[in-house]
Amino acid sequence: MADYETFQHDVLVIGAGGAGLRAAIEASAAGVSVGLICKSLLGKAHTVMAEGGIAAALANVDERDNWKVHFADTVRGGQYVNQWRMAELHAKEAPDRVRELEAWGAVFDRTKDGRILQRNFGGHKYPRLAHVGDRTGLEMIRTLQDHGVHQGIDVHMERTILTLLKQSGRVVGALGYDRERGRFLVFRAKAIVLATGGIGRAYKITSNSWEYTGDGHALAYVAGAELIDMEFVQFHPTGMVWPPSVCGILVTEGVRGEGGILTNKDGRRFMFDSIPENYRAQTADNEEEGWRYCQGDKDARRPPELLTRDHIARCIVREIKEGRGSPHGGVFLDIAWIKKKIPNAAEHIKKKLPSMYHQFKQLADIDITEQPMEVGPTTHYVMGGIRVDSDTQMSRLPGLFAAGECAAGINGANRLGGNSLSDLLVFGKRAGEFAAQFAKENQLGDINGNEIENVAHEALRPFERSRGENPYMLQRDLQETMQDNVGIVRNEAEMTSQLEYLRKLWERASHVGVSGNREFNPGWHTALDLKNLLTVSEAVTRAALERKESRGAQFREDYPEKDARFANVNTIIWRGEDGRMNVRLDPLPEMPDYLKQVIEEMK
Amino acid sequence: MNVQFKIWRGDASGGKFREYATEVSEGMVVLDAVHDIQRTQANDLACRWNCKAGKCGSCSAEVNGMPKLMCMTRMSDLPLDRPITIEPMKAFPIVKDLITDVSWNFRVKQKIKKFKPRPPDAPDGTWRMQQEDIDRVQEFRKCIECFLCQDVCHVLRDHQMHDRFIGPRFLIYAAALEMHPLDTENRVAELREAHGIGYCNITKCCTKVCPEEIEITDNGIIPLKERVVDEFYDPLGWLWRTGKRKREP
Repeated sequence: MADYETFQHDVLVIGAGGAGLRAAIEASAAGVSVGLICKSLLGKAHTVMAEGGIAAALANVDERDNWKVHFADTVRGGQYVNQWRMAELHAKEAPDRVRELEAWGAVFDRTKDGRILQRNFGGHKYPRLAHVGDRTGLEMIRTLQDHGVHQGIDVHMERTILTLLKQSGRVVGALGYDRERGRFLVFRAKAIVLATGGIGRAYKITSNSWEYTGDGHALAYVAGAELIDMEFVQFHPTGMVWPPSVCGILVTEGVRGEGGILTNKDGRRFMFDSIPENYRAQTADNEEEGWRYCQGDKDARRPPELLTRDHIARCIVREIKEGRGSPHGGVFLDIAWIKKKIPNAAEHIKKKLPSMYHQFKQLADIDITEQPMEVGPTTHYVMGGIRVDSDTQMSRLPGLFAAGECAAGINGANRLGGNSLSDLLVFGKRAGEFAAQFAKENQLGDINGNEIENVAHEALRPFERSRGENPYMLQRDLQETMQDNVGIVRNEAEMTSQLEYLRKLWERASHVGVSGNREFNPGWHTALDLKNLLTVSEAVTRAALERKESRGAQFREDYPEKDARFANVNTIIWRGEDGRMNVRLDPLPEMPDYLKQVIEEMK
Repeated sequence: MNVQFKIWRGDASGGKFREYATEVSEGMVVLDAVHDIQRTQANDLACRWNCKAGKCGSCSAEVNGMPKLMCMTRMSDLPLDRPITIEPMKAFPIVKDLITDVSWNFRVKQKIKKFKPRPPDAPDGTWRMQQEDIDRVQEFRKCIECFLCQDVCHVLRDHQMHDRFIGPRFLIYAAALEMHPLDTENRVAELREAHGIGYCNITKCCTKVCPEEIEITDNGIIPLKERVVDEFYDPLGWLWRTGKRKREP
């Protein structure tokens, strides 16, 4: 019999980044008891790495901004396969969520008249991102963390959830283990919120930390929830490319928001060469106009460096493939050039982009106030995730909610920069609110001892194979093949071969072994994460095969154009009774006329 | 080139340095080397890390005796002709290998009075603050909670006065709250008593190791000490406040 300790909460929140913390705060404020599971220490979750800002139509810098413009920008960026209701709620509620952070102690950069300053970002028509230099994520997570610890939330740090526990179709708890001692823990709860973030560790070049192994996606999928839009993986156009050990580390879009330009080895601003039709009307057609936009000229249109991430990433890949890249296989991102335009440019750059300055200086010996950076695409974010009700964030499993990156719907085929932090706040709050309500209306369920026994036994099996395969090597093989076969440019042959390879990896995963004991053993943890990584990798591949067109983040060289047959559908992934992964296309919910009108007005 | 490492392995019951060797290539940081060793030679070598870009403050350790973030310490800045030693922080109890029990820090923070803003300035519930009035607070809020300042503070490291002194990290945290233009709470009495600000004798070791280059001592702790002095030891201030209290019914 497996030995385990039991905890009991009304609402259990799994994941302690922006969405999880915001959900926990909301649920706790509603008067229910809350447990919060952190995979790492509190305050170290991935939100801490967000740089550029929080998108919210506060209209502090440009009074023409409002929720309608933000909504239209979001669905245009998402190529109109977003869940319209989520995009609407997000645009309407984001300003309140940002102001609330200020009331909880966040200190955003200010406008001249003392209000929250907003900056330009890709795909946003007006300066919209509330920010603190280029460390906005840190400000956000610290504010939520410091507010949350006074709310009586039970914080469980360095714990990992292995499975969700169910009783007659409803979620009633979770089984996990604590890293320090390697002991099993059972969490009984009336409602559970998943807020586990993304899947970037399925790829070799990524801006994501070791935690991003698709845990929530896989937990929900295995428990019977559906995943949606999994083919849409965002490759951020600007990650570091040199030196090799820092390859993939993020370079904020804020660099371009502050006037940074992308050039190839010939010094050409190649983004002017390919402005998509649906953005032509709002994009500058000459360098002078682009610069005026960055300086706040309201009559100017934005420079093409502030087009959407999917498009810029593809343009960069094209430059590199056609031999116009930088020495280390990227392109140049230059902010130093603004010294031709403004006095004290070096000081200005250090003030606006302090952590970028620091990062390049320390890790690459590059002074960004003097030299251009070398950048290339890096796996950054997954638009796909757990399918949820737009208003309540509940999945199709009663009692199971999801928010933030592991949930899906707000972003469609491509996420705009800055919309993630606002998504975490808006839908984290909603998930917490409705999870608390569910908890008030339902009783604790019963825990099945046999199920716990089975999962615990399975989790310990790698210790019986101390001569088994090294889990790190398997993880590396997965990352390399996903990068090569289901990356920025995709085709049927490579993805079909990847599905076959994934089958082999599943087989190998059942033979991995770990050495040492259960106490704080990262090898063991890597072995346990493999199941989640393989699940989400398969989901991405199957969904990408199903969408036989190019849209947003999905680019198929065998179907290079958008196809009307896929314009009104989402891919859905679910687990069949036989345990096999299935995929189907579901029609998008019909958008109401008032929102269609908003899109029309904003064209 | 092939470089030798001595990494502390063990747990609360004891441990020792173990020797490893790995290839070091251009641009590598100490954390890369630790990961290589973990991947290929010691799967169970325990270390914390997340962002690998100096933003999360997870990978704190002592490299050749110096408190550092492993992700921001370039191998090329270290002497590679002799073994590089990597060991856990000393001010906190050992859990395993490079991991220490930093839970005390989270308990300390909870004891500091939370942010309490003045009523909003505008009818829409928002406030107005000038950038120059928040520059200092923003400096303190850069803190990534790596706890290297706590590790190097002799009051905690050598004298183990964790029950009487909150350490530089939380003095900076308190300073950020005290100097926040909107905050109305007063934390000065606790700083003097429960938080033990007097134990700091401004040797500035904390400032020297801060990876965020926060001027912990000059900009944070010294002004807080001055507030304590003003409130408790300044006779004119005392008279003024007493008089004021009397006038307030």
